[in-house]
Amino acid sequence: MRIPGLSLVFQPLPGAVPAALARVDNAEWNEAARVVYESGRKLVALWGTDDRDRDGTFGIFAAYAVDTGLAIIALPIAPPPPDAQTSPPDAQASPPDVPCYPALSGMFPVAGRMQRAVYDLLGIQASDAADQRPWLRHGAWPDGVFPLRRDFDATQRFDNPQEDYPFVRVAGDGVHEIPVGPIHAGIIEPGHFRFSIVGEKVLRLEERLGYTHKGIDKRFESFTVADGGRLAGRVSGDTTVAYAWAYAQAAESLMVITPPDRATWLRALMLERERVANHLGDLGALGNDAAFAFGLSQFTRLKEDWLRWAGTALGHRFMMDCIVPGGVTHDVSSENVERLARLAYDVEKELQVLRHIYYEHAGLQDRFITTGRVTAQLALKLGLTGMAARASGQARDLRVAHPAAPYDHLNVKAALRTNGDAAARAAVRFDELFESLRLIRLILHKLPAGDLHTELTHPRPGAIGVGWVEGWRGEVLVALEAGEGGMIRRGHAHDPSWQNWPILEHAAMNNIVPDFPLINKSFNLSYSGQDS
Amino acid sequence: MIPILLKIIRTGIVSEPAPAAREDFRHVSGLRPAQIQHELLTKLGRALAIRQVDAGSCNGCELEIHALNNPYYNVEGLGIKFVASPRHADMLLVTGPVSRHMERALRIAYAATPEPKLVVAVGECGCNGGVFGESYASCGAVSNVIPVDVAVPGCPPPPLAILQGILTAVTAKADQAGRQPGN
Repeated sequence: MRIPGLSLVFQPLPGAVPAALARVDNAEWNEAARVVYESGRKLVALWGTDDRDRDGTFGIFAAYAVDTGLAIIALPIAPPPPDAQTSPPDAQASPPDVPCYPALSGMFPVAGRMQRAVYDLLGIQASDAADQRPWLRHGAWPDGVFPLRRDFDATQRFDNPQEDYPFVRVAGDGVHEIPVGPIHAGIIEPGHFRFSIVGEKVLRLEERLGYTHKGIDKRFESFTVADGGRLAGRVSGDTTVAYAWAYAQAAESLMVITPPDRATWLRALMLERERVANHLGDLGALGNDAAFAFGLSQFTRLKEDWLRWAGTALGHRFMMDCIVPGGVTHDVSSENVERLARLAYDVEKELQVLRHIYYEHAGLQDRFITTGRVTAQLALKLGLTGMAARASGQARDLRVAHPAAPYDHLNVKAALRTNGDAAARAAVRFDELFESLRLIRLILHKLPAGDLHTELTHPRPGAIGVGWVEGWRGEVLVALEAGEGGMIRRGHAHDPSWQNWPILEHAAMNNIVPDFPLINKSFNLSYSGQDS
Repeated sequence: MIPILLKIIRTGIVSEPAPAAREDFRHVSGLRPAQIQHELLTKLGRALAIRQVDAGSCNGCELEIHALNNPYYNVEGLGIKFVASPRHADMLLVTGPVSRHMERALRIAYAATPEPKLVVAVGECGCNGGVFGESYASCGAVSNVIPVDVAVPGCPPPPLAILQGILTAVTAKADQAGRQPGN
């Protein structure tokens, strides 16, 4: 791999993902960020490591999506000597004994929260970042304690005091705040939204997430590479297939094995089925949030049919744990192949009727159109990803840009809408439903015969592997480093919600408070995936 | 309007009978919708109001709790309604593991729930911490934080198992409190 304009030497990583790794120094780290930024490419994920037991350093990894695939830039960070005299310019930012790396958030705003999370978990700091508030850390562990350091005992417990988070305050005549959450008024995940409003108009929304932080990255350390997919598949339950597949890709890269053809085709079947299940649910919920109960009943009925067939044909309604390193656990009988294809056909027929009803319903469209608008320009600047990005004119879909098997045989047509409002996000869901139903029938028709599983090998300690999958919400990334005895040394799961949550704050601005549930649902982001 | 009406008519009523018999839920097994309503009214004296609390789950359990409201399970037709505040609720339906960052919020919600204050823990993680276990960030089982009446295993438990757990909690609590019909 090469990045035009950069002289870095990349080491290609084995496996299904076109990924390569370059180890750099501070100047090259900055230069790589600048070149990627200036060519309009994106930061996918940012994570840190603690390698003090090995070579006395910490590490920070940035994964960029470039034209040839995933470019992973790794920067070792030496802890400053204990007698270091050089204090960073912003004295409040970091005491001199904090290991630092150059921030990326100046060029990639999406890095801001990830940088804060890296500090909360590892105690390495983006030295020149403007926002140094805690992000994942609330009260469960104190500042100065870093759970992801290797010498931290994961079972340790601390006092859990109520935190006082410094929200940005909006002042002015008639401005007031509405605090919402962490427990929300529905069957929904927890998080806190702080609205600053005047009248019923939202002047500013500030999110406070991290409530469902379960210590997943730390937890990976107690799993073997062969077994960790069970944990990855529960980072965000609604995206279990995409996570399990991304995890399997990373594990297979470490083991240098390739799953059998039938297994990769069945994986794609599951990924498209997951996309359909979620889009069906969301379209029903969008109708419901606009007081169109008919939509909720119809779409949840279709979704239930869909889930029941997953249970029958694949052994689990959400296909949890069906994808494992080396292959898949469930075959689909030839009888079920036919039934699943017929179901896809039946659902498509019903969807045509429902799409017509949604598009022609004046009340519904009145609520959808111009609501929660994200312009193409903002989407590009802030790095919006996945389905929501394709509703804001960002023509990007991993299944098209870097099609891993079997997508190289499927010729996926990515959806694209430009208005960036709730209506566009509903339309993209309809478009993607029809495309996924086509893909499902094609996959079932062309499903190759053969084994479901290939034998696992022992991963080499120190090997690094990544998985990168276009889940229904956006790009899911899993990075693994193998440790001794087949264990995971470092596991990192990245949810596309990291990219899209900050943009929800912009989408809500200047809308009325009662439209927020609809706007929020039109993105349907994962709290658990972001908090992990 | 006409396409909507046509679609409604062609879809018909798809609601299914309530859960089938299960040995471990013997006292509520095989009930028909009318019987479930009767059971709720006699044991509880009214329709059941549930406040769902996600105390740190992966959101898998929430998908199945949502499914209870779809036309197949149609729990609202049985007299079971999800409400927006614990102050309006007879029951908390809690998914886990309880993250340490949700510990306080869960305790506050429990304190705000009036009697009979039923608690049903949903899912493997709600039962025992599941794949996340107990750690610096996770309290594990819901019962580590608030008292639990019934715990429904499964990852995630299918809608019928959740419904059975809800009904089991209603009858168990009523029996325990010695409530009489009409009270």
